[in-house]
Amino acid sequence: MSTDTTTSTDTTTAPRHELVYFALRNRKLVIGLSIVGFLAIVAIVAPLFARSNPNAFVGPPMQPPSSSYLLGTTYFGQDVYSQLVNGLRQSFLVGVMGGGIAFVVATAVGFTAGYRGGAVDEVLNMLTNVLLVIPTLALLIIIGGYLKGTSIVFEAVFVGATAWPWAARAIRAQTLSLASRDFVGLARLSGVRSWRIVVGEVAPNMSSYLFLTFILLFGNAILISASYDFLGFGPPNGVSLGNMMNLAFAWNALQLHVWWWFVPPGIAIMAIVGGLYVTNVGLDEVFNPKLRSVS
Amino acid sequence: MLNLEKLSKSFRGGSFGSGAIPAVRQVSFSIAPGEVTSLIGESGSGKSTIGKMILRLLPVTSGTITFDGVDVASLKGAALKEYYRKVQGVFQDPFSCYNPVFRVDRIFTMLEREYFGGLGAREWSVKLHASLEAVGLNPTDVLGKFAHELSGGQLQRLLVARALLLDIEILVADEVISMLDASTRIDVLNLLAGLKARGLGVLFITHDLSLGHYISEHTVILRRGVVLEMGETAKVFGNPQHSYTKMLLASVPRLHSHWEPLEPAAGSAGPDRFEPRRPAVARARRTHAGPPEPVPLLVEVEQGHLVAFEQGGPG
Amino acid sequence: MSLDVQHLVVAYRTLRGDVRAVDDVSFSVADGEIMGLAGESGCGKSTLGNSLVRLDGRMRVLAGRVLLDGTELPLSDWDAMDEFRFKKISLVPQYSMSALNPTRRIGKMISEVVRSRKIRYKDVLPELERRLRLVGLPTDVLAKYPIELSGGMNQRVVMVLTTLLDPSLLVADEVTSALDVSTQRAVGELLVELRDLGIVTSTIMITHDLSILVQVADSVMVMYAGKVVERAPTATIVDAPRHPYTKLLIASLPEVGVRYAEHVLTGIPGHPPSLLDPPTGCRFADRCPFASAECAVEPPLVELESGHLVACWKAS
Repeated sequence: MSTDTTTSTDTTTAPRHELVYFALRNRKLVIGLSIVGFLAIVAIVAPLFARSNPNAFVGPPMQPPSSSYLLGTTYFGQDVYSQLVNGLRQSFLVGVMGGGIAFVVATAVGFTAGYRGGAVDEVLNMLTNVLLVIPTLALLIIIGGYLKGTSIVFEAVFVGATAWPWAARAIRAQTLSLASRDFVGLARLSGVRSWRIVVGEVAPNMSSYLFLTFILLFGNAILISASYDFLGFGPPNGVSLGNMMNLAFAWNALQLHVWWWFVPPGIAIMAIVGGLYVTNVGLDEVFNPKLRSVS
Repeated sequence: MLNLEKLSKSFRGGSFGSGAIPAVRQVSFSIAPGEVTSLIGESGSGKSTIGKMILRLLPVTSGTITFDGVDVASLKGAALKEYYRKVQGVFQDPFSCYNPVFRVDRIFTMLEREYFGGLGAREWSVKLHASLEAVGLNPTDVLGKFAHELSGGQLQRLLVARALLLDIEILVADEVISMLDASTRIDVLNLLAGLKARGLGVLFITHDLSLGHYISEHTVILRRGVVLEMGETAKVFGNPQHSYTKMLLASVPRLHSHWEPLEPAAGSAGPDRFEPRRPAVARARRTHAGPPEPVPLLVEVEQGHLVAFEQGGPG
Repeated sequence: MSLDVQHLVVAYRTLRGDVRAVDDVSFSVADGEIMGLAGESGCGKSTLGNSLVRLDGRMRVLAGRVLLDGTELPLSDWDAMDEFRFKKISLVPQYSMSALNPTRRIGKMISEVVRSRKIRYKDVLPELERRLRLVGLPTDVLAKYPIELSGGMNQRVVMVLTTLLDPSLLVADEVTSALDVSTQRAVGELLVELRDLGIVTSTIMITHDLSILVQVADSVMVMYAGKVVERAPTATIVDAPRHPYTKLLIASLPEVGVRYAEHVLTGIPGHPPSLLDPPTGCRFADRCPFASAECAVEPPLVELESGHLVACWKAS
């Protein structure tokens, strides 16, 4: 057995194969990921095959689903199927962008506050608490009133900038407890700089939690942006799941029994967010050996 | 040579740091190369705090720590990194010192990256193996493993091996024995004592008097942040002057003799008089209950043996 | 006999099989005796002591019986054991002084414990106060929170609580470890006093520290890798041990008086065997300097002289 290779790799995590083993066998994880994964693929691929402009008037209004229009047409004669798949894509985009922004801010604030402590921690805490209590809808209305029109990017940035406080708090708490462990002290004694300690020593111990947090923020972003769209605060002329529902209700789809206009987007939102939450619970079981059932 | 001069540490308490909790008060002693100095104290005495201040893991409130004439507390950046080349530490809980996500090799690769970047892979491997063998470890037994696969004794030795990779002059060993089994304790203890022959100065922090007596040349007895007695080990243990030291020696359980009856102490009866309170509460109380008792002066009772002056005189 | 343990086997169920932490252990403790149960981590002493009072989820009694004052203890039946727990047999767990609920006053906590045993707090209060005074605690301790008391005081409160109903057997699990020397002494002396006053009939004191047993215990039982290796009166164990493990262990303990410069002590090289797949024959053989061919067969625990039992071929 050669002895020179022993010091080369040290970043392999504890039994990765064990994680994969349990992951593949966890029903919640598999089901949840399948649903979300399927919808993601639809969001990426389907718009390429559907009619290019989902807002185009393609046929007679309020047609029920048929062979020519898979999901029927809207009050205005637009193709619901085309709107759905494009809406899916937009919702996913906002989810990834918004969730991503929230994640970056939450980790930056959480790690800094937890690791540095002292005055820095107290200031960041105040900032987090203030943002937690601000009513975001009111803020959106006020800001929206000043802008000429909102866009997808604005919506994503707004969602991201208001959704991070709870995650930052949780990350801070974990960082605080990890930073007092001796291996962090040993890293300091080895001349390693603070940022490197946070990224290299502290974060890997929280990797499962960070992963779960991202998924939650992602799902949350989709749901919140759909709600904003539904209330009419989304980008105008944009096609998103929430927007479809907004228009459907505004034009009395319920009373006119045009169910194919609002039911598909509603189911899609439920499926994505529900699927993500179920995935999250499943992942928690995979990462936490105590929750696993040994069969 | 590491010198502590009137070193003090207060922790901020209360909201926004309004209260002060004194943990270490005006402690002065030195760690000389080629010798082991024991810092003996019970829980809440501040001994670990002193160790952390020497290692720059905690900031100093007042007083100085000088290493070869240079003030340690003000070191930053590259100068601090150089300091760690000379002064290192080993801690109490061997399992807590290793990041559970990685293999134990990480403690070495961290050093390699920070201090030995210029060294080739082969040279590094040779150096590492030499260090491991110097502490009595077989490289193939320990490298590439996770912390939970090794024993406490092996993990402590790995930490010493890590410290020895650098050309250290001072090693701070904070309660390194307490979590080990009796049969492995003595081996790690002998290892630390053996470092003296390499010219190292060791600060051995412990609450166990018999261990301190076994390996150290000098002893410092600490209680509630204040030095009560210090000097050459043989003199402090052979001719204890302070009533606290006497109480400690009388209460240590021995293999071949029974507890002597305690000397009746002035004030309350029984061992309660010296029983350490939960530090946080005792100290919090003190901040609101008026000024703390003054730090006693140290008096030289014989060459190389100092005792804190006691009201009512040393018993 | 107060306690009689016969061929007890206690194992932990794990994914990879049964770990027999206590493997065929037999001993007895007489009335009024304080027996020290010594050994290093993994030897099974904690499992043995705890199994007499409660089995946690992973533990199983695979064989053997335990008799307390002539009655067999239903160790595997949690509800049936409830009749004995706290009344006939009591446990002071490790780190109990820091395990007190910080949001409960001491008196409230004690009342909750006795009420769970269907005893009225008012009925025990006079005796409780008497006991507190006996151990040197003021009775106003009942109105305090644990954080207002020192570690030693908390430890004494726990000991008063666990012995409130005068148990026949008290199992004290590492009650002096992690304590300061002065508190250690106070707790050790308390254990002896509880026996002297007749509050506790017999005591099993689990510890890795032999020197505290010299101060407190009447006899010592040394365990290694799930087995009993030696049992004798305390003075005999320390002055004239017969088992190689005991001898080496005692030789590795630094006492005040021994200095490295004069006499280097040695430890025991190697480590205890895995209990998942223990070796046949004597479990200490691979670390024993006296091992020979006959050690491939497990030595029985034999009484060499009155009260002194050893499990070693070399000793007899």
